[in-house]
Amino acid sequence: MDGLFSRYRNMSALLALLAGQLLLLAWQIKSDGDTRLIRVWAVTAVTPIVRGLEAVRTGTSGLAQRWFMAGALETDNARLKHRMAELEIRNQLLAEQLQQAGRAQALLEFRSQLSSRSLPATILGNAPGVQSGVFFIDRGSPDGVKRGMAVVTGDGIAGQVVAVYPSASLIMLATSQGFAASVTSQKHRTHGLLKGDGSSCHVEGIRNEQALDEGEWFYTSGDDRIFPRGLRVGAVRSVRNGADGKEVEVRPAALDGDVSEVLILLDAVHGQIPDAATPSQPDVQVLAPPPEDTHESTAAAAAAPSPAPAGGSSATPQTDADRMKERYKRIVEGQNSQIGVTPYRAPDFNRQPAAAPAVQPPGTAQPGAPPTGSAPDGKAAPSAPKAEPKRTTSTQEQR
Amino acid sequence: MTEFESSPTHIPPDRLRVWSFHPATWILVPLVAILFQVYVPRFLSYLSYLELPLLVTVYFSVMRRQPPAGALTGCLIGLAQDALTHHYLGMYGIVKTLIGYSAASLSLRFDVDNAGLRFLLGGGFFAAHQVLYWALSHALLGTHDALLIPQTVIAALLNGVVALPLFQVLDRLKSEAR
Repeated sequence: MDGLFSRYRNMSALLALLAGQLLLLAWQIKSDGDTRLIRVWAVTAVTPIVRGLEAVRTGTSGLAQRWFMAGALETDNARLKHRMAELEIRNQLLAEQLQQAGRAQALLEFRSQLSSRSLPATILGNAPGVQSGVFFIDRGSPDGVKRGMAVVTGDGIAGQVVAVYPSASLIMLATSQGFAASVTSQKHRTHGLLKGDGSSCHVEGIRNEQALDEGEWFYTSGDDRIFPRGLRVGAVRSVRNGADGKEVEVRPAALDGDVSEVLILLDAVHGQIPDAATPSQPDVQVLAPPPEDTHESTAAAAAAPSPAPAGGSSATPQTDADRMKERYKRIVEGQNSQIGVTPYRAPDFNRQPAAAPAVQPPGTAQPGAPPTGSAPDGKAAPSAPKAEPKRTTSTQEQR
Repeated sequence: MTEFESSPTHIPPDRLRVWSFHPATWILVPLVAILFQVYVPRFLSYLSYLELPLLVTVYFSVMRRQPPAGALTGCLIGLAQDALTHHYLGMYGIVKTLIGYSAASLSLRFDVDNAGLRFLLGGGFFAAHQVLYWALSHALLGTHDALLIPQTVIAALLNGVVALPLFQVLDRLKSEAR
């Protein structure tokens, strides 16, 4: 046996190394165990060096600036040349600072508009690997960052936190392979699953018969429980029918340019997907709805049957929910049922409610005319309101 | 005697010299290579295609001319890379173990000081590294990532080109083993 091992010493060493790593891999997969200690050591060892490199880089740019300024003293010609060089460099530095300040300002403004609680972070460097699409940020577990949190910029979603360490965290960009988010299109409300493919993103799960336009914007739908509803994702770059549904390519708006500052959503709050054409055409100014004509509004106010009922509901229901609420309210009022009073007598919601007061179109109502549903002499109309109590009584008898 | 020492080679024995490195070189060079991969592509994104830890693995392996040492070098560098990613520990480790072993085995048969061979070593092992990683991810982890062949070929050429000056610089750090 010893002879066999010495004869195949090289191969034995290779097999031992491979077997050890395969066992390590199998243990991690089987027990879902994270070799956290090794990772924490590695990240803690690397992060200070990267932070130091970053500090050296920023410090060196200042030194270079001073060096150019001190070198311009020999002759007028040389001074002017150096001065020009200095100004050019300063111009470049200022332009860079302005650009950075602009990005920071935009991020700050976006943060103030964001209903979710967020934490700004700076990207330190890439995770090893060719085009890994995973980056280190300067925020870690002491800052409240947790694995799975959404990462956004002012332009939309940027990625997701995939690992958290005491000194740094790892985020995966939306274009990385393995990234996924639930999205909805803005115009047609078409649902799909956004996936990264290494360099761009595509949306899966959209059938060929579903409507989707090129240039239409996608927003997060909130179904994945990671990204809150209403965050911008990107515009459809190309869409065509395929064998397994539509093949949709999306360009993430947040990753269009250089991403150096991001926001981590600590407490994500769902928002609303805005109406179409607002964000996709930011250069188009849309005016507010015009005010009502003075005469018409006066007539309408005079013709209105009653003021808006307490509770905030308007006289004319705007949505299905408003109409349903109004209907239930009329049923409860029509059956003289009082909610919250003991003994509680539940109203019969299957019954038709009392007729809703009709709203006359503007211009047809006479000023000073009584509200619809009332008798001309001011007494209550006998039809609907009186019928409901009778029905309630019969219901009680039946019970 | 190993199976490789008894096998025929294409180079005279005086070109089969074994090189050694200062212990600090063994630590600092891979560390710098990993730091390069972490920090530099942030500013020069096209350099993210460079796999310097792999090139360093290949260089150390071919200079030592000992397959077990090459496998161990690849294993350690790969595990260090794994520790800085969100993947399971061992993926890069296994791939680089195989690359280190293969590179050291090749160095027993060929003159690795040749520039053309160095280009082929850099490019060829990069392509093998990417394909092996992709195959392992599919087989062991069940991922469905696509292997981007055109990008891999271009990146392999780029890594082959970079291997030439990099190996020249690293040559200054070597000393003949006693």
